[in-house]
Amino acid sequence: MGAGNSSQIYQGSGWKLLFPSWIIIGIFLLAPVLMMGVYSFLTKEFRGGVIWQFSLDAYDQFFFDRGLFGDEPPRLEWTYIGIFWRSIWQAGLATIACLLIGFPTAWFIATRNPKSRSTWLFLVTIPYWVNLLIRTVSMKFLIRDTGPLNEFLLSFGIIDAPLGLINTNFAVQLGLFYSYLPFMVLPIYAAVERYDFSLSEAAADLYAGRWTILRLVILPVVKPGIVAGCILVFVPSLGAFLAPDLLGGAKTFMIGSLIEEQFKGNAGNWPFGAAASMILLTIVMCVLLVYARNQNKVEAR
Amino acid sequence: MAGKTDLRRFPGFLAVTTLCLFVLYAPLIVVAVYSFNASTSITNWGGMSLMWYVDVFTGPEAPKFQKAALNSMIIAVCASVIATIVATLAAVAMTRAGRLRGKIFSFALINLPLMVPEVVTAVASLVFFSAIGFTTGLTTILIAHTVFCIPFAYLPISARMQSIPDMYEQAAMDLYASPREAFRLVLLPLMTPGILSGFLLAFIISLDDFLITNFVKGAGVETLPTAIFGSVKQGIKPNIMAISTLMLVVSVAFVSLSWLVGRMGQDKKKNN
Repeated sequence: MGAGNSSQIYQGSGWKLLFPSWIIIGIFLLAPVLMMGVYSFLTKEFRGGVIWQFSLDAYDQFFFDRGLFGDEPPRLEWTYIGIFWRSIWQAGLATIACLLIGFPTAWFIATRNPKSRSTWLFLVTIPYWVNLLIRTVSMKFLIRDTGPLNEFLLSFGIIDAPLGLINTNFAVQLGLFYSYLPFMVLPIYAAVERYDFSLSEAAADLYAGRWTILRLVILPVVKPGIVAGCILVFVPSLGAFLAPDLLGGAKTFMIGSLIEEQFKGNAGNWPFGAAASMILLTIVMCVLLVYARNQNKVEAR
Repeated sequence: MAGKTDLRRFPGFLAVTTLCLFVLYAPLIVVAVYSFNASTSITNWGGMSLMWYVDVFTGPEAPKFQKAALNSMIIAVCASVIATIVATLAAVAMTRAGRLRGKIFSFALINLPLMVPEVVTAVASLVFFSAIGFTTGLTTILIAHTVFCIPFAYLPISARMQSIPDMYEQAAMDLYASPREAFRLVLLPLMTPGILSGFLLAFIISLDDFLITNFVKGAGVETLPTAIFGSVKQGIKPNIMAISTLMLVVSVAFVSLSWLVGRMGQDKKKNN
């Protein structure tokens, strides 16, 4: 946490200054998350909402199938585990796509002269600041069957029939990639900017080729930036709602839509939605904990 | 770099960067172009026209979107102002209060909104407000937005704080300024670029939010993103493209402003 830390001008009044943030985040985020945990153990009310009675139904419904009337021996229920698995898979593919495009981009920008660097960075970050909903709608507009992309390709005879991109897994991955790409570029850029090029020169003097240097010298050195970028893309992709909802169809259902559906109108199941949220939160916290522990190890070295 | 080959360059990286920028900008540019379409169909090109921009302000859906835009503005302004103040105080405490009990806990708490997935925050907020019997509406949106705006305001402010040595305040206090005066007359002006970019960041993040707003907004209250989402669910209409283009222009203007403010801060530092 940086250089200014040793300063003690406001020694003793620190807690007064921190008090507002404790109160706001504590009451309106930490307490609600705990409350959500409680809700996941309550009984559902049929018109949305809960009955205050302890029940494991929500988790039971998530993991087990007891038949139509609930009297058969429990079997593992794959519907929801499948949705989680597909979400992890989709988010993973989007992360890999971001890495494959983001690393060369970050490298290219970080090796420009310092003046043009900030302009390139600015160009990459602008789309991030445009409303996510609008970006996703724009992507939908562009790639839909009668959209400009297909019209363009058809009119030049490159394809005979529309590509049929919309409502596919690929469209969801493209949407996630498009949503979170800048999150990959920025940390890798920061790592490459600090990279000491005398390492590359030393490797080249020992007759290493360009790509060997990239693989054996550069990648290990900038790995912290790559890992940070992957986390920043993977975590929001996992719980994303807009890209799967607008670009995917019923077949590409992801965690975000599953949870959202439980709270829509009267048809939902609040405890089940809370339980699914708890499971998502647990996965994300595990990813972040593993990351934090590795980070500490790196710093300790 | 006296070597035979430039080790900074890799073949193909320029092409990938170009591709990257193309993918990032193509959808936005296409929508911006089609927003000037004179046709009522979104597929056919009927020539240049501003008719959909006129429609946005005077058409049948104009009152709905205007009300939503007003709600969005009110919430974004209030949430980002509150978040900026809270984040500024927290940043001062974290960098100027010496050894502080629970510093790591505070740091984690401030950054908690960044760690919890958005959909989980949305569910938790809805559950919480319904459990304590809060009626959903503008107030609940404002509260939820303030929470997730705090870390976004905090990041640039604390980054700025860490690059300001405390000698200026020490000097002021040696000359008998009270800590309060040292804060107001010395530290605050130095922090201004950080505070401004923190505010702008929080503002854009608030305007951007769809998911959390959609959970806590309650019936009948709309912000611009939820109104657009509702409309898009029934198919993309040309007026949505005009609204999108207008929002795009506003976002780009804000980011450019934030960028210029940041650069001003850096230039000043260099001159010192």
